[in-house]
Amino acid sequence: MSTIRIDGLHKSFGKLEVLRGIDLVVDPGQVVCVIGPSGSGKSTLLRCVNLLEEPDSGSIRVAGVEVTDPDCDIDAVRRGIGMVFQQFNLFGHLTVRENVTIAQRRVLKRSRAEADRIATVNLDRVGLADKAGSYPAQLSGGQQQRVAIARALAMDPQLMLFDEPTSALDPELVGEVLAVMRGLAAEGMTMLVVTHEMAFAREVASRVVFMDGGAIVEEGPPATVFGSPREERTREFLHRVLEPTRVSESEIGAHLTD
Amino acid sequence: MVMSRRRRQRIARVAGYVVLALVILAAVSAADWGRLSEAFFRLDVARSMFPQAITVALRNTIVYTLLAFVFGLTLGLVLALMRLSSILPYRWLATAYIELFRGLPALLVLFMVGYGVPLAFPDREIPGGVYGSVTVGLGLTAAAYMAETIRAGIQAVPKGQLEAARTLGMSHTRAMVSIVLPQAFRIVIPPLTNEIILLTKDTSLVYVLGVTSTTIELTKFAGDSLNTRVNPTPLVVAGLLYLVITLPLSQLVRGLERRARRER
Repeated sequence: MSTIRIDGLHKSFGKLEVLRGIDLVVDPGQVVCVIGPSGSGKSTLLRCVNLLEEPDSGSIRVAGVEVTDPDCDIDAVRRGIGMVFQQFNLFGHLTVRENVTIAQRRVLKRSRAEADRIATVNLDRVGLADKAGSYPAQLSGGQQQRVAIARALAMDPQLMLFDEPTSALDPELVGEVLAVMRGLAAEGMTMLVVTHEMAFAREVASRVVFMDGGAIVEEGPPATVFGSPREERTREFLHRVLEPTRVSESEIGAHLTD
Repeated sequence: MVMSRRRRQRIARVAGYVVLALVILAAVSAADWGRLSEAFFRLDVARSMFPQAITVALRNTIVYTLLAFVFGLTLGLVLALMRLSSILPYRWLATAYIELFRGLPALLVLFMVGYGVPLAFPDREIPGGVYGSVTVGLGLTAAAYMAETIRAGIQAVPKGQLEAARTLGMSHTRAMVSIVLPQAFRIVIPPLTNEIILLTKDTSLVYVLGVTSTTIELTKFAGDSLNTRVNPTPLVVAGLLYLVITLPLSQLVRGLERRARRER
């Protein structure tokens, strides 16, 4: 059974059609990276998986449960899906330890001792066991994002969603977050990752999905998508992202050196 | 003559102090100090007000304030949540309530609760006597203001906080209680303290309900002393006692704000 199975997903914001018929399958243990230009619908696709956005039509199944079914207990499904946001979204009024324990205690009804133990294990996994007593504001962006990952892991998810997890970070802090994600992938975690980190996608992904204009343009193993992309749009996007200093004036319609 | 920048700044500063000194000097020499202290600072009059000024009047002022605040805060929270509800009639009701009670004088509402309601329902009464009437009479108005403050506080909490909580499997209610409201209240502590300070002063309206020697508050107490002693010193005493309540409150806010800054 696939961890995620999406069929014919459509989503509009007002008149703007953001997703125009997405079909996507993620199998257990796979790491699927979604790449594409801004506004291509990548984040919306990710947010539909745990119903942060309500799809207009189509079906989404997570571990066999149809989340798009109106009778689905979405809170129960979300317990099994960890999510990491671009802006970290740590709870500012709680310490690092409380951030990692609050849902364990309130949602999973674990005892304080049990929740603390699991928090320590997961903070240790992301290398931040010594920061348990700190408040989020006292941490760097990279540390906050690692706490956010630990917070999600403490719920024992069978699937992790990453929504541009390194896009809000200073360049020198990107590496520590990617290292944690690479470690998770190596442990066999099923991951759906929206990212602009092409090197990460190339190295870690089992499959890369290129989206543009609300549709999946091309997907396949990273070696194929990056090495010999079939579609012109994919080639153009990769050219602009991977070789930004080689983008010529004629490509963007500028006339600086007449 | 060309003046250096530093020299010009120094002359401006000295001129500022000179003006201030002249103004103070003029005020001091114009005042009739003998008459002033005779009128407002008669120690024997002040002494005669104690200990009742503290054990009864100050105490009741604080009790009225706290009762009305707790009532207003609770009702205000409910109204704020109604304003943010997805159910249209709730939003509509809360908006109507807030617009109504913000637009009415607190004194009118107090009259309504103290005399209007008992006349309309002679066989029922608000429990707690004057204390109950004050709680409701001042709390109803305070709730309207606090509802708007709390709503603004809830909306000031970034949307991502609720999303992160929901993503962890919390229900909407649980996420509001554990994640959004605690942060919203930290944001609205300064305006809410303002609300307490305003309420403290509004308790001076309570006398219209006909207070007794045990339920009297500061302003009425000072007014009565003024009448019996034919001297305005009691007003100064009452004024100082109001400051005894409000100054520590501002201090408290500053402390809480410092703490909140550390945690953000």
